[in-house]
Amino acid sequence: MIFFFKRAFQDIRTNSFLSAVTIITIFLSVLIVSTLVLFFLNTNDYMNSWKKGIKIIAYLKPDIVETNLVDIKNKIHGLYGVAEAEFISKEEAMKRLREQMKRQSSLLNGFKENPLPDAFEIRLTEQFSNSERIENLAVQIEALPEIDDVEYGRRWIGRFIKLFDLFRLTGYAMSGIFFMAAVFIVANTIRLVIYSRREEIEIMRLIGATDRFIKTPFYIEAVIQGALGGIIGLAALFAAYIYISINVEQSLSFDLLHVRFFSLRLSGAIILCSMLVGWLGCFISLRQFLKE
Amino acid sequence: MIDKNEKSTIIRMFHVHKNYGSKKALSNINLDVSKNEFLFITGPSGAGKSTLLKLLYLGEPVSEGQILIDGMNLSRIPRKRISFLRQKLGIIFQDYKLIPTKTVFDNVALVLEAMGKKKQFVQKKVNSVLRMVGMEKRFNAMPQSLSGGEQQRIAVARAVVGMPKIILADEPTGSLDPESAGAVFDLLKEFHARGATILVATHDQELIRKTGCRAIYLKDGCQVLK
Repeated sequence: MIFFFKRAFQDIRTNSFLSAVTIITIFLSVLIVSTLVLFFLNTNDYMNSWKKGIKIIAYLKPDIVETNLVDIKNKIHGLYGVAEAEFISKEEAMKRLREQMKRQSSLLNGFKENPLPDAFEIRLTEQFSNSERIENLAVQIEALPEIDDVEYGRRWIGRFIKLFDLFRLTGYAMSGIFFMAAVFIVANTIRLVIYSRREEIEIMRLIGATDRFIKTPFYIEAVIQGALGGIIGLAALFAAYIYISINVEQSLSFDLLHVRFFSLRLSGAIILCSMLVGWLGCFISLRQFLKE
Repeated sequence: MIDKNEKSTIIRMFHVHKNYGSKKALSNINLDVSKNEFLFITGPSGAGKSTLLKLLYLGEPVSEGQILIDGMNLSRIPRKRISFLRQKLGIIFQDYKLIPTKTVFDNVALVLEAMGKKKQFVQKKVNSVLRMVGMEKRFNAMPQSLSGGEQQRIAVARAVVGMPKIILADEPTGSLDPESAGAVFDLLKEFHARGATILVATHDQELIRKTGCRAIYLKDGCQVLK
């Protein structure tokens, strides 16, 4: 194996121009796919954080005495999918409403009595993202004898979750398509490399070299080039990320615009993927070439 | 029961035909080559000399007929085993076929490396063969920096380094000056003396006359004279 590695490194040095072309092709492919993945990853984070904001408001019947509140809270907590249930008294609700209405809050002065009911604000567990499940949970809560009504933005939650799923599906599909495109571009580049070395391969076959002997250094070369392309692609994306973090985030000083980079594990997976791209490209090209 | 004659035959061709589309390159070739024989295949350009050699190393498949080499029927060799047949042969090509991106040493060493020989053995063997062909000082040179005669000597070194039983040489002296041609031919004679069976395709009648070895004559793909 050491012999094949030596030959692969020797071949990379000898065919440095074509090796550089392959590395650049893999680097650009990795850069494009990683940018796309990073975009989807960050957007996914934002959508998840919005999703965490989904809550059900359960309004209590007016005659509920305060001593029953703990019991009601426990009942709600016992339902599957409930992460937290916070009691909002009608006084607290009025205070929040006034804060939301700001200048128009004087309109509320006309009420002699607080018309708002006591309520529970119910947050859902992260896994509880299906609109049907949310609806079922709302029905269960509404069925409790102490609950008068529930509100959870039925329409927009359904739409939002559908949009979120569509977005995620688009992300997977686009990443898959770009991955395939990268494999074919790399396969074609490697085909050019092999074509330029067809005489060498032909001579090797004529002097009795086995297919394995011919192929192995090509595979090693492709995997090395894949790794180099992947590392350079990730490094370029990281440089762009640092630039955006320093310049754009600070100038906007906007919490929502916080962009995260790939974790070490994900970065490793991307480099492994780029090695796989190199290997696959080589496999496709060599299979065709050696059949001829 | 195999008779004594049969035992000493290393190459046998039965009614071999080779066609390229409708063009007949070889017609009904029947040939027995004994072990350690030095045989010339001769004839004018386009007679089918190189094609005959190509059939022997499976550079081309036969259209009809059978070829046996050292007991192996070439028509029955699976694609994956062709490399093992070629490892038994030493082939000298008319256009040398040296790898331009590899040094003289690496070009010759490639044969042994393809056989899976160990590094130390490869170094020792390649150095000894390069010394034999008088190219030991140019071991690190690239093929394009060598003269035609030197390149042909490297091609000979590559053909013999694996100690093959059979050496196939296609016009080994064709593009060389008389001095270089003589040197290359002397090398072939030396390997013949060491026990190798040698088939040389050449149109050089003077060379054949001088050596006095057996020759088969091809004309328009047909064997005309033994």
